[in-house]
Formats: sequence, structure tokens, C-alpha cells
Amino acid sequence: MNLAHRQLPGADKRVQLMATCLCDAFYADVARATVEVLEHLGCQVEFPEGQTCCGQPAFNGGDWPASRRVVRHTVKTFAGDLPVIVPSGSCAAMMFHGALLEFEKEPDLPEVQQLAHRTWELADFIVNALGVKTWPGKFDATIALHRACHTRGTKTCDSAVALLTSIPGIKLVTVGEVEQCCGFGGTFSVSFPNVSASMGELKLEHIRAAKPDLLVSPDMSCMMHLGGLAEKEGHPIKIQHVAQVLRDALKNAGLL
Amino acid sequence: MATQLIDQFAKNLAADTQAAVYDGSKKGHEKRTKLLFDTYADPNRLRELAGEIKQHVIENLDTFLPAVEAKLQSNGVKVHWASSAEDACAAVLGIMQARGDKKIVKSKTMVSEEIELEHYLDKHGIETLETDLGEFIVQIDHDHPSHIVKPIIHKNRREIAKSFEREGLGAYNDDPETITRRARQFLRHKYLAADVALTGANFVSVESGRMVIVTNEGNSRFCLAGTKCHIALIGIEKLVPHDRDLGLLLNLLGRSATAQQLTVYTEFISGPKSAGQPDGPEEMHVVFVDNGRTDVLASECKEILRCIRCGACLNVCPVYRQASGHAYRSVYPGPVGAVLSPLLAGKKFPELADLPKASSLCGACNEVCPVNIPIPDLLLRLREKGKREGAKLAAAGTPPMGAWSLLASQPAAWKTALFGGKIINYLPTKWLPIPPLRAWEAKRTLPEWKGGEFRSWFRNRKVGAVAPNRPDRKPESKEGR
Ligand code: SF4
Repeated sequence: MNLAHRQLPGADKRVQLMATCLCDAFYADVARATVEVLEHLGCQVEFPEGQTCCGQPAFNGGDWPASRRVVRHTVKTFAGDLPVIVPSGSCAAMMFHGALLEFEKEPDLPEVQQLAHRTWELADFIVNALGVKTWPGKFDATIALHRACHTRGTKTCDSAVALLTSIPGIKLVTVGEVEQCCGFGGTFSVSFPNVSASMGELKLEHIRAAKPDLLVSPDMSCMMHLGGLAEKEGHPIKIQHVAQVLRDALKNAGLL
Repeated sequence: MATQLIDQFAKNLAADTQAAVYDGSKKGHEKRTKLLFDTYADPNRLRELAGEIKQHVIENLDTFLPAVEAKLQSNGVKVHWASSAEDACAAVLGIMQARGDKKIVKSKTMVSEEIELEHYLDKHGIETLETDLGEFIVQIDHDHPSHIVKPIIHKNRREIAKSFEREGLGAYNDDPETITRRARQFLRHKYLAADVALTGANFVSVESGRMVIVTNEGNSRFCLAGTKCHIALIGIEKLVPHDRDLGLLLNLLGRSATAQQLTVYTEFISGPKSAGQPDGPEEMHVVFVDNGRTDVLASECKEILRCIRCGACLNVCPVYRQASGHAYRSVYPGPVGAVLSPLLAGKKFPELADLPKASSLCGACNEVCPVNIPIPDLLLRLREKGKREGAKLAAAGTPPMGAWSLLASQPAAWKTALFGGKIINYLPTKWLPIPPLRAWEAKRTLPEWKGGEFRSWFRNRKVGAVAPNRPDRKPESKEGR
């Protein structure tokens, strides 16, 4: 899909939040930070209670009928014409890319396209829909940004870099082999346990070599894998979502 | 829970083989990227353009193929059509037998691997000698290529030196230059003794009938200079509409394959030796090979036929780097192979149906592909095919999604699972994008369960408290949600 022509928010800046099942289950504070950041920007955030998951596990697993069932539910849940904001590059890409692939020959493709057209990853939305290019506040940390793979070809990482580097106190370090995947890949992480773990180890090596205080990502799924690997090894790393850094920067400066 | 075959292969791979593959592919990728971005302001635009050209070719094969046949014929080239591997092998044998020829010198062609030509010819008393250094080493070791550009990426020079010693090519010496020199010395005489030169082709121009062959060792030139007959085995997708398209494609091929601005020897072949030419083959044959390609064209994955076999997707692929090419059990490994091999397998698709699973869908392959093939999308389509057709190899390690999808389309049940998950024994991991817990926890810890916490916060919070700049919205507006 051409990401250049997506639904912009109206004057009232009403948006819908797709929290993602990972935040729903494990990373409650990421979803909360997303709301706080959006509201700080004057958005009215709605949370459709019926939301579940984007349908990606079955889509990636090849079970497209099962995935389409979930996507149809998601389309119904997020009915309307508001922008839908997702604090996950991967779930956002599922809505504006993956779902379109599996609905190619389905009669309700237009409805899926309508949602695709409204779906934004959070950092991309802040910078390219709201036009906010710098971020106020204070955040003293050396940060490594993990470029979650499903943000390839989108503006998410450039947006996150722009916002993070504009925050007073943040130093962004470069990590080696950024194009290499962390090895999560959904079910890949357990059907390819050895390759997945080796990929994760390599990624951790590169991250540690850059000596950040904090690893930041626009997607928690990679973080669940990398964080889990590091912790299992007995050398946990500190991890935050981009939204949490933006929110905490505001808090640190008394702006929230 | 069962793990995938390619993962098991990676686990059991010898450490030095793994290191050789990893280092070779990583370096290949890094050099490629540097050169591409040093030369061009926007390489991605070039990749897209090249992709459009090749897509145009495969969409119009029905008119391009007869057109190129006519052109080749008017250039004095005999054209043969082979719909299967057997047909292709038989065509080569037929040409040899008609001429009474016995010996082939061969430059690198993946199609010959695909149709298992050497084995076939051997049975019919015809000797084939590989002249590409890598392929030569594969041949003397009775091994298989593990990379489409660097066939011996999995070997280190000590192994190669041992093979040379065993074959009587001199005392043990693992200096690369010595190895190369010895191979050349051995091959020189063979070129002169051979009857037929067998090559592939990287491109054939429909406009002129020119075949383009690129090598870095010049071995295809030696093959053609020393023999009277040239047979080119060419996949039907190798066409380009015009000679001018070669400017773009050769620039991208050299950079993507071997990080060179141009491959060292780029030959343009317009037909057999003309009256005034001092040397070159007097007879020239092109065998156009289908062998499943028209089925690929009719499939939902036809974009893979754009491939110009540069190997960049192998080099960047984290799975290929860990598992090596042999893990893919087919002639074409890595991301391109994970799409192409199961498709070319035709009825034997189930035997390779696990290949499309060998990816975290990270998209690096698409990002480097000089013809911009959407490899992850094609992998997903083949996963869907594998699932639909009940291919067992594809299923290993993927939990069933039926129950999950029911739960994820019923919000009430979903919420119950979410809030109930705090009791660890009832952790509803099935609906998460991570499959069974134990498999996950073998390698990683799980974060603390916070199911429902965000929803409770969102419902109960006072809006004013977190959004002081929002006078238009009163806290009580949240009530009843
Ligand atoms: S799929 Fe693309 S990157 Fe891979 S070998 Fe073919 S042309 Fe090269």
C-alpha cells in the first residue's frame, strides 16, 4: 500500500488506539504511555474494547482462513473513519500490508483496505500526520534504537530517530548490522529455536558493544525476545518502547 | 514440539563450516552495500526500475520467446525448447551425439545443476569438466554448491588444499593464489581437448539475440575459444527486452553479486564464428529450459522469475548465514531458493514445503534484491499453500491457530483469557503470537503477565489528570465505558 496517502486526523484529533495483544498481556505501560503521549499532543484517544489481536500469528503461520477471521473482527471493532494508532511497527504493517495480501481475493477487501488506509504506527503518526518533528522534555540516557524489521519501507524509524534525538539529554548510539533481524519472527522463534537464539545473540552482542543505558524499540515483540534472551543468560538489558521514552521525557521536565 | 528441519541442520552444522558461510556472506553483503551506496544516490530507485523491466519480461514471455527465437536463428544459433529436466538433458545429449562429441568444458550454470546434467551425461559416456574454480572444487569433492554465486562458500582453504593434494594437483598448499594457479594449469589443457563448451547465460536480449555471460575468471572465454560447439542452457525467464536494459542490469548484477562495478569478464555473444573470425565455436545452440517455470508463471509467486541470481539475498539472510546453503536441500538455497525450489519441485512441493518457513519475515532479502522481488510476501503465499495442502514438513513447530482465531474473534472470551492469565497455570499462551510456553522458555524468559492492566487503567483513570491541556473533555465522560 502507498503509505503516503493515509487518513489524517480531523480538527478534533480523535483517534482510535490499537493497543496490540502483547501490550494487552504484558506491556501495559507501553499502551498507557501511548495514550499519554497522544493526549499530550491534544488527541482524543478512544479504545475500542472489543479489540483482540491483529491476526498476524495465523497469517505468518500460513493459516489464512483463521487469520482472516481475526482481521474481520478487527475491521468491525475499528469501524469508522478515525486514524488508528498502533504502538507496534509489526501490527501496523499487518493492517496496512499483510491483511491486504490475504484478502486479495476476498469480497470484503475494500473494508480491509479502508482500515489499512487509516492505520498508523505511533512514531510515524506523530511526525508525519501531526507534523510534530521535535520533542520537548528531558531524558538523560545513552540509547540504542532497535530497528524492528517490520518497519522497513516505512517512516517509523526515521520518525523515532528525529523525535528521540531532539530530546535534551538523549544520546543515540549506532548499533552494528542494523539491517539484521533480532530473530523473533513470531512462531519462527520456537520452530527455529537455534537459529532464532543465534540471531538474538548476535543482535545482543552488537547492542552491548554500543554500550547504551537503554534499548528502545518501536515494537515490543522484538524486545520480548531480546529481553528474554538477555535475562535468561543472566545479563538483563534495560528496555523501553519509544512511547515510554517520549512520555518519561515529558514527566522528567514536569510537562506531564 | 518438533522443530523445523533447517533449524536442526543449523544446530548440527560443523562450527568451521558455519563460520565460513557466516563470514563469507556477511562480508559479501557489506561490500555490496558500500559499493552500491557509494556509487548511486538512490540505489532503491534503480532496484525498482530493474524490477519493473524484469516484471515486464515475465508478463510478456509469450511474445518475447518467439521473438528471441527468431532473432537467435537469424544470428545463426539453433534454438531448442525443453519443457522438463529430462528434455533439456536429452537435447544436450542429442547435440553431442549428432556431432560425435564426447567431452564438455563447462562454465558456471545453475540450470545444469537444476537438471542434474552432469550425472545424466556421465551415464551416456560423456565427460563434463567444471572450469569455474568453485564449481571445479565442488566437482572433485563430489559435493554440491551451497551458494548460487560462491558455490564453495562453505569450505575453507585448508579443506580445498587437501582436496587438491588428494587429486594429485600438487603437495599441500593452502595459499589461495597457488590453488588458483594449479587449477588453471590443470584446466588449460582440458580446454584444448574438449569438443563442446557448455555455458548458461545471465541475459539474452530479445532485440538483438545477444547472449550475455559474466564470469570473474574468464573461464567461459577459454571454453568458447577452445571448442567448436557452444551449447547455452538458459532458463526461459532470462530475457531482457532491449540491449540498453543491460546497462542497468549489469551494473546492478556486478554490485549485488560480488561488489564489483562490473563483473571482470562480461561477454556479449551474437552467434557462431563468422567467416572472418579467427576462432570461436562454429556451431551454437541455445536450449531454453522451462522445467517448471511456466507453472511458476501461473502461480501467485511469479515475481520470483525476475531473479537474476545475484545471491545478495543469501548474503544478507540471517537464516542462511546460520544454516548454510545445504540446509535447503535444493539447488537454489537462501531466500530465493525458499521460494523458487518448492515451486520448481512441482508435484514434489510437499518435500520442500518447509523452506518458506525458514524466515523470520524480516524483509532484508527484499531490501537488497536488485530486481526488488517481494520475497517475504511470496514466502507467506507459499506458507498458505503448504497449510492449505496439509504439507507435514511445513507444519512442524507451528501451533494450530484455529482455537486461537476463535478466541481472538470473540471479545468476551478474549477478555476473560486476558484477565485470567494472572494465574500462571492457566496462562492462555495459545492466543499470543508466541507458541507454547515451554519451547519459548527454553531460550528466553517471559515478561511478567499484566493481562488487563491497561484496560483497567484506561477505564478508571481521570482524563483530566493525565491530559491537563484538554479542557474540552471532562473526566466524567469516561463513566459508563
Ligand atoms: S532473489 Fe533477488 S537478491 Fe536473491 S538472488 Fe535473485 S535477484 Fe538476487
